[in-house]
Amino acid sequence: MSMRKLALAAGMAALALSVGAALAESPHLGKPITQADLAEWDINILPDGTNLPPGSGKAADGAKIFAEKCVACHGEGGKGGIAARVIGGPPKATLDGGKTIANYWPYATTVFDFIRRSMPWTQPRSLTDQEVYALTAYLLAANKVIGEDDEMNAATLPKVKMPNRDNFVIRFPDRI
Amino acid sequence: MSKSRQDLSSIQQVAANGLLDRRALLRSGVMLAGAVGAGTAGTLTGAAAEPLAEAPWSQHPGDPVAPYQHPSRFEDYVVRTVDNTKGEPGGTRARTPHQLLKGIITPNGLHFTIMHAGIPDIDPAQHKLVIHGMVKQPLMFTPETLSRYSMVSRIGFTECGGNSAPLFSNEPIQATLQALHGLSSCAEWTGVPLAALLDEAGVDPKAKWIIAEGADSPHLTRSVPLAKVMDDAMVAMYQNGERIQPGQGYPMRLWLPGYEGNMNVKFLRRVQVTDQPGMTYYESRIYTDPLPDGKDTQFYFVNEVKSFITSPSPGLDLKEPGVYEISGIAYSGSGRIAKVMVSADAGKSWAQAALQEPRLPKAFTRFTMPWRWDGGPTILQSRAWDEGGAVQPTREQFVALRGQTTKPPNVGGFPGHHFNAITSWGVSPKGEVKHVYA
Repeated sequence: MSMRKLALAAGMAALALSVGAALAESPHLGKPITQADLAEWDINILPDGTNLPPGSGKAADGAKIFAEKCVACHGEGGKGGIAARVIGGPPKATLDGGKTIANYWPYATTVFDFIRRSMPWTQPRSLTDQEVYALTAYLLAANKVIGEDDEMNAATLPKVKMPNRDNFVIRFPDRI
Repeated sequence: MSKSRQDLSSIQQVAANGLLDRRALLRSGVMLAGAVGAGTAGTLTGAAAEPLAEAPWSQHPGDPVAPYQHPSRFEDYVVRTVDNTKGEPGGTRARTPHQLLKGIITPNGLHFTIMHAGIPDIDPAQHKLVIHGMVKQPLMFTPETLSRYSMVSRIGFTECGGNSAPLFSNEPIQATLQALHGLSSCAEWTGVPLAALLDEAGVDPKAKWIIAEGADSPHLTRSVPLAKVMDDAMVAMYQNGERIQPGQGYPMRLWLPGYEGNMNVKFLRRVQVTDQPGMTYYESRIYTDPLPDGKDTQFYFVNEVKSFITSPSPGLDLKEPGVYEISGIAYSGSGRIAKVMVSADAGKSWAQAALQEPRLPKAFTRFTMPWRWDGGPTILQSRAWDEGGAVQPTREQFVALRGQTTKPPNVGGFPGHHFNAITSWGVSPKGEVKHVYA
């Protein structure tokens, strides 16, 4: 065993001891909870599509929901109001502004996740999954990322390639 | 006192335009008093004190003692500035008045906050924290059960990733220090290391991230690398000794020393352990920035080494020439502050500031520098180094890497994030302090 490996082994042993000590001192008061019991809160959608719920929607349905529940803040045609513009915008975001779904958002799953957890701003979690799929399809189609007739569901949404996805650089890769 | 005026100046001045030896104030009050008299004859030592009299408050008993005390009514201007008072979508920001504070601890009522949809009124008896995902056993905790765990306390800063955003402007924006740098504060946080709770749940060795979620109506989520979580993440329940106030995430928040404020999820209710980041709205759309080369930067996380002079600063004008103490704050999300240099001639010459104790990692460090203002125009700057050797960039260096706007943005806007370059205060012969680029 090299000195380096020895040192590593000693370090691992010390780590195991300290973790063991910490565990021994823990009162262990966490209450086991089943997947079924935490389902209502389990709403994170991962960029690979993990945890997308059943259901589907198209832009035409989403347009109706948008007109009813979103225009008050996001404006007619999603061009912005007291809340951000969500349709259209400049071709490229700069420090003067202009981050849009079409030119900036790296993952389409984020559109679904954010609408479902945070929108409408006055009544989040009030939309059905079907409505969220339809709104997601509407925003992606209106921003010309997908076609007007493309159906969004758990299989199609993660496959949508957002135009700006590969343009991001990680500031401190060693910290991840 | 036997030294000539010439001697005093040569001993004490350590950089141009009147920066004095940082030990001067401590070493010899007599000598400094001499310097005041020498430099500003008649202005500070000329007028005699008035005869003393009993004040009204010395002649009768005072007010009853309140159960929870508040600052003097004469200090009622020492408050946060709050925007979006109509409560529209887009959030509300309350900024810390650094120019009116000393030391390193931000009082709880003055700690900055950003709310994306108001402050929820959470009943701690109903609040739950769930840990699930890539763990052996999903677990649920309550504030009451967490109170049985061994807690740690740590003093550290919390800074919004968008703090200092007005300095991305292509022209210096005239505003108070509070408006420019007020989205940063420092407190003692006490809580349970999140690592202890994750250990209890049993983390899958293949896990790499957590996704933390708040219980307020936006259900705000942020992804945090598991390595950071296991290093020093805390489920914080106390701030400066008392329970965290609702505006800071009552009854519990995630606290990540040195990492951008938005990741320190308030009202923490859920931690999902994953093998990938969630690419949530705030980490993919908001706290990301276009770069001059056409790329975009993501997962910045760390608030890099930074400093600014709190006094003098815009609004704190100088009444007359004489000796002043330049005072400011330095901090780094990577560790302790090692050194702060101050310049009174726009960066041409520098002198080392005194660092007050305690000097803690990932916490505000207060620096001071005695300064004799001769009444001429000058530009004050501070520049910090951290213990890892990282140095605060000049604005020119920063703009080369990160860019600037093409037209001045709204002072409350967020053209970019993680601005940490040198801040410059211009002092006019009238003593007026303005924000300048130098």
